[in-house]
Amino acid sequence: MSEVATHHHDDHHGAHATGIMRWLTTTNHKDIGTLYLLFSLVMFFIGGTMAMIIRLELFQPGLQFVDPQFYNSMVTMHALIMIFGAVMPAWTGFANWMIPMMIGAPDMALPRLNNWSFWILPFAFTMLLSTLFMPGGAPAGGWTMYPPLVLQTGDAFPFLIFAVHFMGASSIAGAINVVATVFNMRAPGMTLMKLPLFVWTWIITGFLLIASIPVLAGAVTMLLTDKFFGTAFFSAAGGGDPVMFQHIFWFFGHPEVYILILPAFGIVSAIIPTFARKPLFGYSSMVYATGAIAFLSFIVWAHHMFTVGMPLAGELFFMYTTVLIAVPTGVKVFNWVATMWQSSMTFETPMLFALGFVILFTIGGFSGLMLGVTPVDFQYHDTYFVVAHFHYVLVTGAVFALMAGAYFWMPKWTGHMYNETLAKWHFWLSVISVNVLFFPQHFLGLAGMPRRIPDYAVQFADFNMVSSIGGLGYGISQILFVIIVVKCIRGGEKATDEVWEGAQGLEWTLSSPPPYHSFTEAPDPESITGGHR
Amino acid sequence: MSKSNITYSNADYYVPDSSRWPLIASVSIFAMFVGGATLLNGANIGPYVLSAGFILFVYMLFGWFGDVIAESEAGTYNGQVDVSFRMGMAWFIFSEVMFFAAFFGALYYARMYSIPWLGGAGSGGATNEFLWPEFASAWPLFNTPDSYGFTQFKEVIGAWGVPFWNTLILLTSGVTCTWAHWGLKIGSRKHLIAGLSVTVILGIIFVAMQAEEYRHAYHALGLTLNSGIYGATFFLLTGFHGFHVTMGTIMLATILARCIKGHFTHENHFGFEACAWYWHFVDVVWIGLFIFVYWV
Ligand code: HEM
Ligand SMILES: [Cu+2]
Repeated sequence: MSEVATHHHDDHHGAHATGIMRWLTTTNHKDIGTLYLLFSLVMFFIGGTMAMIIRLELFQPGLQFVDPQFYNSMVTMHALIMIFGAVMPAWTGFANWMIPMMIGAPDMALPRLNNWSFWILPFAFTMLLSTLFMPGGAPAGGWTMYPPLVLQTGDAFPFLIFAVHFMGASSIAGAINVVATVFNMRAPGMTLMKLPLFVWTWIITGFLLIASIPVLAGAVTMLLTDKFFGTAFFSAAGGGDPVMFQHIFWFFGHPEVYILILPAFGIVSAIIPTFARKPLFGYSSMVYATGAIAFLSFIVWAHHMFTVGMPLAGELFFMYTTVLIAVPTGVKVFNWVATMWQSSMTFETPMLFALGFVILFTIGGFSGLMLGVTPVDFQYHDTYFVVAHFHYVLVTGAVFALMAGAYFWMPKWTGHMYNETLAKWHFWLSVISVNVLFFPQHFLGLAGMPRRIPDYAVQFADFNMVSSIGGLGYGISQILFVIIVVKCIRGGEKATDEVWEGAQGLEWTLSSPPPYHSFTEAPDPESITGGHR
Repeated sequence: MSKSNITYSNADYYVPDSSRWPLIASVSIFAMFVGGATLLNGANIGPYVLSAGFILFVYMLFGWFGDVIAESEAGTYNGQVDVSFRMGMAWFIFSEVMFFAAFFGALYYARMYSIPWLGGAGSGGATNEFLWPEFASAWPLFNTPDSYGFTQFKEVIGAWGVPFWNTLILLTSGVTCTWAHWGLKIGSRKHLIAGLSVTVILGIIFVAMQAEEYRHAYHALGLTLNSGIYGATFFLLTGFHGFHVTMGTIMLATILARCIKGHFTHENHFGFEACAWYWHFVDVVWIGLFIFVYWV
């Protein structure tokens, strides 16, 4: 790893460590960004392997390959790894690489803390993954860790709790760093309303992280004391309530899903204007919509619990607030479409993934809207319809935006153009297979197939088989991405500074690859035009 | 904060070349977690791994903060770095507020919903009748719905005994902390050191009284962690608070030692202020505890 990546930092001034120690002790935002992105890629493949096991088992009805306990472990670990190990670190990786360059700063505000927030992750995930080999198996009660079921976890239980604490510390530290960087390190002339939207969406993500992750920490701490120290938070026999866990968890959990998607909004808002060769439509409405989504995300949590038996007033309140989120989300989609309206678009891979995002994320938004309607959710809750919903927003949403961003900035990071033909193959294979994979799950859910069960009734067989074939296709297509990345790091057509014709923003004024320390001199205030306006 | 109006040059922003402390921090916490988890699972090796991790952690704290203090004393940090530190600390304290919010939320939820419902209120009628018909909603909850497996207790800690005195102690310590800050600002080491010493002593007294209160609760009242939802919320809220007071006291004692050594000037003393903010934060949390845990 260190070998491959050291090549293209030809400027070795400063006395930073070399070899493996460079990566272990680095305080440089680009090094740390690279570490985050590589870590996330590894986690994608570990989590992806688990997904393959799940789809393999579901290929046909009946139990064929794995025992149910292990199946449940796979469902649980897949989610935990993809959320906390793949998508969140990927966003922090993007933030590390791009934010200092986008705002004209020399580095992140708190460089040592930055190193720490990355170097927690390998340890936290070693803890989590080690549970696969423990007596009683890995956690199998779902990523939502509902008691009392989760309290039946074997030796893995305290490892799960502490791993969550550990990753949480990493996320909070990372978020604090981003917020401090944006508020304190902007170059003169970079006013708040000139910030690229990726920066805006990340500050708001940072607020969400700082406010919600500690609540998760509190919730799992209560699980720990309930299991080992005799407390009765989630035991009705002692005056507590298992449903209370769900409230606390989802108070974190819903903001968390926006933590996963807001940076995606930012990236798409950078890519579409570039390839449409038009300024972004409605910049300030994008900023306000993001803020509104973030605010609303704290008062909708119980839409995950419509069926647990809440008072009617609660059901209504959470239904109304939930469907209200569709308004600012709609503003965003409208603005992206309006940006493309009457523009001269070209369809390089970043743009393809961004377009895929806009269309497919919107499908996920619509299914979310359906789920947000209480009486409807009574029918769909805990079925494959929910699984289809969150995979449309997370895979064709968050992950597609990650891919779009990776292709968009890879030439800047490595100094080489990636192979456009292979990348187009990657896009088309992904976009077709992912729909084969997840679209039929809507039908399965509407017909009543429950989630988190390794076996199913025969009437669900056909759609499951289709879905599994799509799954295999999607999994294999991602190997292409690794090939493209490795090829791009090792060589390829030399990238210009601007990379994309007419691209706006400070990052494109630096060389490709950029110097080790981004802006040792603040950029000329005249050159700060305000992103895509 | 007028400092933020000044424009700094990017080249003057201090970016350390590299540091091994974060990695050591991760290793030590990893060891503590793994040791703690194996201990909870009943393995004999747990305590050794836990202790080794703790020792390494303390070593890391000295090393990491030692570097930062040395850099600060050497004048490496300009005003912009100072602002980064301030923002970092402020947001960290906010995250701590949200951590306590989870436990306060549990307290309110239990008092306002789960206990009344178990007692038959609202739509809980059937729950009450079929599960625990004898159960009556009450706070403090002396009798849990099911007495099996829970320690019943006779009495709770009243607000106007030790907790009241502790409130006065903590509020006074907030004042003495500000006294020390004032001393630092006017450049009077006498006031600074006196104010800070009193603050640290008050912190120690608070923790000692809290420990005595716990002993009393466990031995005389039968109120334990295992006493149903009352014991759970009582001990986790006051326990995490007490832990934070302990940390705050250690932090202030460190600052006191640094003041005695002659660190800090009247315009450059972020380390002092960070600890003072933290101290005021535990103060405010205590007010919440006093009102909602002990009093109403
Ligand atoms: C218009 C916006 C959205 C609405 C109205 C919405 C609504 C909902 C509702 C009501 C549920 C609960 C379904 C059930 O369990 O019965 C749900 C589940 C879920 N949503 Fe959304 N959603 C929206 C957007 C998103 C976004 C942007 C993401 C993430 C990027 C997301 C991720 C999830 C996840 C992960 C779950 C399942 C959690 C679990 O039970 O494991 N949603 N959504
Ligand atoms: Cu939600």
